[in-house]
Amino acid sequence: MMDVKRRYVIPGDVIVTGPLRPEQNVYQEGDRIISTCIGISEIFENAVRVIPLTGVYVPKTNDLVIGKVVGTSPLSWEFDINSCFIGFLPAQDVFGRDYSPTKDELKQRLNIGDLVAARVANFDRSRDPLLTVQDRDLGKIESGELIEIAPSKVPRLIGKRGSMIQTIEMATKAIITIGQNGWIVVSCDDPEGLLKAIEAVKMVDDLAHTPNLTERVKSMLGIPEGENNDTINE
Amino acid sequence: MTQLMSEDGIRCDGRRVDQLRNISIRVGVLNNADGSAYIEFGKNKILAGVFGPRDVHPKHMANQDTGILRCRYHMSPFSVTERKNPAPSRREIEISKVLKEALQPALILKDFPRTVTDVFVEVLQADGGSRCAALDAAAVALADTGIPMRDLVSACAAGKVADRIVLDVNNEEDQEGQADMPVAIMPNSGKVTLMQLDGILTSEEYKTCLQTAIGGCRQVYEIQRRALIERYFESGVQ
Repeated sequence: MMDVKRRYVIPGDVIVTGPLRPEQNVYQEGDRIISTCIGISEIFENAVRVIPLTGVYVPKTNDLVIGKVVGTSPLSWEFDINSCFIGFLPAQDVFGRDYSPTKDELKQRLNIGDLVAARVANFDRSRDPLLTVQDRDLGKIESGELIEIAPSKVPRLIGKRGSMIQTIEMATKAIITIGQNGWIVVSCDDPEGLLKAIEAVKMVDDLAHTPNLTERVKSMLGIPEGENNDTINE
Repeated sequence: MTQLMSEDGIRCDGRRVDQLRNISIRVGVLNNADGSAYIEFGKNKILAGVFGPRDVHPKHMANQDTGILRCRYHMSPFSVTERKNPAPSRREIEISKVLKEALQPALILKDFPRTVTDVFVEVLQADGGSRCAALDAAAVALADTGIPMRDLVSACAAGKVADRIVLDVNNEEDQEGQADMPVAIMPNSGKVTLMQLDGILTSEEYKTCLQTAIGGCRQVYEIQRRALIERYFESGVQ
């Protein structure tokens, strides 16, 4: 990674003055680019953005999220997706095109309280996010442990090209499903590996803003240093 | 009547005319709120908690174009010497409204249509200038929540006591002084989001008073900033 300037910023801080492109979590006033949240500012290839350290989940199209069924209507399920908006999963998405509210019972497939891995199919300002389970690895989650972390820390848990999550999965033999909304399901046949994986995920949540995190997670998991040298140094 | 200022310009609590009371802010003190802050502003002790953005109830308040902000300023029954009735008084309703209007310009809520952000401010102990202290705590709590903000909001009062313009009026000076002017600004852009004046000032005095208050706001901003940085960047090992 070349020439990335990083700084700690709080709302209102002027990150840079000049003809640069404002990206996430910044706004432009005149030629000043100003941060809108607490986080770490990055200037990279003429683009300015802030990686937030706090904040709520705002759905984006194509995000993988983990949702919990909170209600049903005749034509859809309603999901809590850890956001200020309720996710909708149309019944046709599960039952197919010949779904009829008189014939099929929604609760037979997904009941209130069930966890589901879903993808945000569509979301804009005018309506609540529309979910879909029509893809590989999506659908009802049958087993596993649910962990909640701050949605702003999800990218850190994944790491550069998935390095962090691969490290944890390889060391513990656990399967970790990460929802962009900060809900994470960890499942593992070995109870010790499960505990280790949960501990590692929580560690990333607590120490997300510190440098050399992959190294520290590795030493916690007992992986000797130098192996799998695909680390992020921030 | 107490003597509010000695001949050599020392105020009843031992401060100089341009000196703030001691301020300390702690961020993230409440686990169940999305964002929170606790401020001690002289003898004021104030907690602020923020929820949101979240679903609007009652539904008819929701705005299709943008998120809305609601604010509640409340004084605990034990916050003053004589028990205060916990029901919202006329004064609390007014302060809730001015807090909301002072915070609104700093928030960017257009990305959260049909939602509400609730700010709850609880005064545990009151000592004059509590609306400014409440605003300082609320702004920090909002930043802690992670709601996009154009700027923080910093507030501080100035006033006229014993014919002199003083910074950060305390309770005695508020009761017996000649004027009290709470001011809130967005410190980076310098825009004023709250300006009230209780008392009579000449136009010269008014200008000095406003400048004094803005100077105070900038000092408060440094403390808010330090509190946030301490919470977010100094908790882990660097």
